[in-house]
Amino acid sequence: MLGTNLNHIESASSLEKTINENENVMVCCGRMGPMCLPVYDVMENLEDKYEDVKFFDMEFDNPEAAIIRNLPECRSFQGLPFVVYYKNGKVAKATSSIQNKDEVKAILNDKFGTPE
Amino acid sequence: MKKYDTIIIGAGPAGLTAGIYLARAKRSVLIIDSGSAGGQMILTHKIANYPGVLDISGYELANNMKKQAKSFGCKILSSSDITKLDIAGKEKFIQVDGEDDFSADSVIIATGGEPRSLGLDSEKKFKGKGISYCATCDGDFFQDKDIVVIGGGNSALEEAVSLTKYASSVTIVHQFDHFQGYEHAIREAQDHPKIKIILESDVEEFIGDESLTSVRIKSNKDGSTQDLNVTGGFIFIGYIPRTSVFKDILDINNRGEILVDSDLKTNVKGVFAAGDVIEKKVRQVTTAVSDGSVAALGVIDFLNSH
Ligand SMILES: Cc1cc2nc3c(=O)[nH]c(=O)nc-3n(C[C@H](O)[C@H](O)[C@H](O)COP(=O)(O)OP(=O)(O)OC[C@H]3O[C@@H](n4cnc5c(N)ncnc54)[C@H](O)[C@@H]3O)c2cc1C
Repeated sequence: MLGTNLNHIESASSLEKTINENENVMVCCGRMGPMCLPVYDVMENLEDKYEDVKFFDMEFDNPEAAIIRNLPECRSFQGLPFVVYYKNGKVAKATSSIQNKDEVKAILNDKFGTPE
Repeated sequence: MKKYDTIIIGAGPAGLTAGIYLARAKRSVLIIDSGSAGGQMILTHKIANYPGVLDISGYELANNMKKQAKSFGCKILSSSDITKLDIAGKEKFIQVDGEDDFSADSVIIATGGEPRSLGLDSEKKFKGKGISYCATCDGDFFQDKDIVVIGGGNSALEEAVSLTKYASSVTIVHQFDHFQGYEHAIREAQDHPKIKIILESDVEEFIGDESLTSVRIKSNKDGSTQDLNVTGGFIFIGYIPRTSVFKDILDINNRGEILVDSDLKTNVKGVFAAGDVIEKKVRQVTTAVSDGSVAALGVIDFLNSH
């Protein structure tokens, strides 16, 4: 389990359940490394502002994370973390490597709508 | 508007140390960071030269400093952008994320440095799809692949050697005719059987479709170009001070470093600066921590006398 303050997803089935039960979900699949930590931090800071989005992390080395690692949208990815945005259970966007707050916000606003 | 005795901009080791000293002196402190608390420390896999701590990950050391600052009462806002800054007058005003307004009697700038990028459009295009800035994070995506490392300082040399654990070959491309690293780091890279070296050359373009497939290198001697077939490009070309927001207010040298006196005072009354962001020779966690304490003690003097 990752040592972040985010909610964790630990199995493929719980990811399936989460994306089917929630309209907007952002999952950051990574390690406790320098490229991933800033993204977790950004997510922790945005959690309060984006009430209609559920934010989760998932440990990249957990075998269950194959559900993210093997997504067609992540096929060309070669940098941690893999971040996947799900809308109504489907992948709306996926990014590879570190992203700053503005980059994450731009995707959230574009895919899930700007918070009031 | 919430008022603090001191607002610290930047939560790297300099800013966090300043926060610890000020909060212990019962001053109210707000620390604002546009990224993650910890600064460059969290980019560091292992820190082995911080006295009294035998071997610690940069993240752990950063987290300990953050916890310590919080335990003394510092308020830390991370991932928070400064959208307005008016620090020239007696009372300093700062707005964060376009909505939260703060004021303070003093400010410490500890914004450190950020990795220098090559500034090529193709570098952005392949970020995370071949281009990386962290060997420990992404090295294992390049198992048995040919890769290139760009840079010629200690970071580039050490990371090139560490990437040989994964890659079948590592080519170091450096713009000058000699490296700027420690002698032992240069020798280790030069002697490594998996490492090739191309000097006096710059990257002209990263090439590929979905992900990186080659890098076009241009010789600075004769202008000739060659394409290296690589699937990974690791960029370690140094750090630049993060001072652009202060350039119209503070005295800054032509390298972008803030000019301070021996008490770390800037040219503006009540504004101090500490850490990698100031004009100095050695940039380490120890020197940042030292600057943080000097600046905080200077601020305490300043607050007591005003
Ligand atoms: C890969 C790597 C390895 C290293 N290894 C070592 C080592 O082993 N030992 C050692 O002693 N040193 C090491 N260093 C150097 C050391 O990390 C730095 O010297 C030190 O972190 C500088 O501290 P600082 O507080 O001045 O700045 P930083 O650590 O750069 O922190 C500055 C903070 O300010 C924030 N910031 C910047 N601009 C703004 C703004 N406008 N508004 C709000 N916040 C802002 C940043 O997000 C950052 O968190 C290493 C550096 C790197 C990059």
